[in-house]
Amino acid sequence: MTGQPQEVLRVTDLRTYFPVRSRGLIPHVVGQVMAVDGISLSLNAGETLGLVGESGCGKTTAGRTVLRLVRPTSGKIELDGQDITNLSMKELVPLRRKAQIIFQDPYNALNPRHTVGKIIEAPFRIQEVEPPGGVRRTVQDLMERVGLNPEHYNRYPNEFSGGQRQRIGIARAIALKPKLIVCDEPVSALDVSIQAQILNLLRDLQEEFGVAYLFIAHDLAVVRQISERVAVMYLGHIMETAPRRIIYSGPLHPYTHSLLSAVPIPDPERQQKRTRILLEGDLPSPLNPPSGCVFNTRCFQAQERCRVEVPQLVEAAPGHYVACHFPVATPPAAVQVPHATHGDGSGPEGAVTGA
Amino acid sequence: MSQDVGRKPEAYLSVSDLVVRFPSEDGIVHAVEGVSFSVTRGKTLAIVGESGSGKSVTAQAIMGLVDRRVASVSGEVWLDGEELVGMPDEELRGLRGLKMAMIFQDPMSSLHPFYRVGDQLTEAALVHQKLSKSDARSLAIEMLRRVGIPAPGQRVDDYPHQLSGGMRQRVMIAMALINSPALLIADESTTALDVTVQAQILELITKLQVEFDTAVILITHDLGIVADIADDVVVMYGGRLVEAAPTRRVYYAPEMPYTLGLLNSVPRMDRERVDRLDPIPGNPPSAVNLPEGCVFQPRCTYSHLVTDGACVDRNPDLVEAEPGHFVRCHLPGAERRRIADGVLATLAGDPA
Repeated sequence: MTGQPQEVLRVTDLRTYFPVRSRGLIPHVVGQVMAVDGISLSLNAGETLGLVGESGCGKTTAGRTVLRLVRPTSGKIELDGQDITNLSMKELVPLRRKAQIIFQDPYNALNPRHTVGKIIEAPFRIQEVEPPGGVRRTVQDLMERVGLNPEHYNRYPNEFSGGQRQRIGIARAIALKPKLIVCDEPVSALDVSIQAQILNLLRDLQEEFGVAYLFIAHDLAVVRQISERVAVMYLGHIMETAPRRIIYSGPLHPYTHSLLSAVPIPDPERQQKRTRILLEGDLPSPLNPPSGCVFNTRCFQAQERCRVEVPQLVEAAPGHYVACHFPVATPPAAVQVPHATHGDGSGPEGAVTGA
Repeated sequence: MSQDVGRKPEAYLSVSDLVVRFPSEDGIVHAVEGVSFSVTRGKTLAIVGESGSGKSVTAQAIMGLVDRRVASVSGEVWLDGEELVGMPDEELRGLRGLKMAMIFQDPMSSLHPFYRVGDQLTEAALVHQKLSKSDARSLAIEMLRRVGIPAPGQRVDDYPHQLSGGMRQRVMIAMALINSPALLIADESTTALDVTVQAQILELITKLQVEFDTAVILITHDLGIVADIADDVVVMYGGRLVEAAPTRRVYYAPEMPYTLGLLNSVPRMDRERVDRLDPIPGNPPSAVNLPEGCVFQPRCTYSHLVTDGACVDRNPDLVEAEPGHFVRCHLPGAERRRIADGVLATLAGDPA
């Protein structure tokens, strides 16, 4: 593996729109779902970028577009220095050695009719690679590396638990020692006691192979655990991106503030003293996003300018980019409400002050 | 505040020694093995556990939703002075919706896609209440208003697919509460929602709980939600209740190694970040093949401290370690507390 920090992924102004067709005699395009609407990001070898946001924000589409599993509408994707934006499916095959994916659902991501051995060796078969020491031996080493018993080579996915299946998916993803793995909600379907095992495994593999992760998740605590940098997405746009510490202890975007304040923490006394920012309404439709800043319909900072002018990502501090006309370090007290508090003692009166 | 998770005379729901078993191709599934707890009106009891721990089956057994032609259900479930285990289906149907109601994880699969939400709401009301059609409709609109759905007069004629996920969950809550039941069971009812919506729904549940003086059973795996709204906590593992106590005790003075392992293994935003998490080793047991002794023993890092091998041989009894704090563990009390203190002290301090 290379020692120098080296860029493995660069995405520039990427857009992925899905056409919406009318039904009827002559179907025609009546609109576009703007799933990803102009995002830019980069990722170095051995680094983890967390991509967080609520459902429908476009984070999964972004991850799939980066791997060209979905065709981008416009923009540029460079993988390991090579422009892959417009490559054909055939031209993409060799690039799959460099970039892999781990899926959320370990039940549907594995072919139930294939043995574990066959699943994990698939990358070698497809890429026509003969690993030194033979395929079977290499697959068993991989199984051992991800914490599976190599003797289970001939078993089928249904004989494994959810956590073990996710390990199978990970073994398959690292088989060709890729430079980039897109991890799409890799632990959200797992039990809490298993999540920690998988997060540790991903971390160990990164240290060993220097693989970069684009880690897509909605769980902010999980993202904080694994990422060096974090990008917060909302309705197809990156609202804020910064090193982990800044996102979690000094964010500037009103949406990041809202998101962080909504996560309940596992400590009853602290939780009851926390407040959350009241977000009005639901996520607008990506078919018809609001004009100006896409967050303006729910934002406590919104002013006339936000409804007209799209804010650009600007560098507020080194490495800290914010797309907001009116960024704030501390949200005003007026928009904060107590969390749902339980009846255990203090009650709502005691829970008005900030954390 | 209730300090007692054991049986109390004024408890609205009281479950004792509940056992639910299903036959399967591989053998008997021991879904729930001797679970007891109670909940009073106005209070929230959280049942915490991983998939396969038996928490959802416990809820289904209370609601009478376990098919008794297939499964064997034993033990006692007392709801407002009536014993539900063994009650004929007809009678149970009279209680469901009226005295107890349940909201599920996925509102889309609980709402009928072909019927307007208003019709589904009024149907729930008309089962138990004598109302004219127009009164039922006004009641449906009123309930939609109370659960915070904007323009309820128009929304009442919407189909489920026209609503967002959060709105559908609100409709589910409205439907569950339309007959003002005194017991509400929420089974992972915010798991599929985004955090910002989840916060709104939890707030709604607690607000309505005060309004209706409802006993709430919250089934979840999310320790943050439990810290947020529960009064008491029952921790389940491998079909068994392994620890039960008031919420604060579970978080600040847990005694069962599994509870401790859970608290210690989740990534925490309220603590300084550590590079490596401290997971519970191994995998949860299969409900067909439960371990002989303590269900948690194969994954427990402290069972070697029990010298006579009791952890492997015998299922520990549920003991009351402190008033209202029940633990199922062979470790001596002093040892349990020493271990817990040690682990909780290693949780890194405040962030930043």
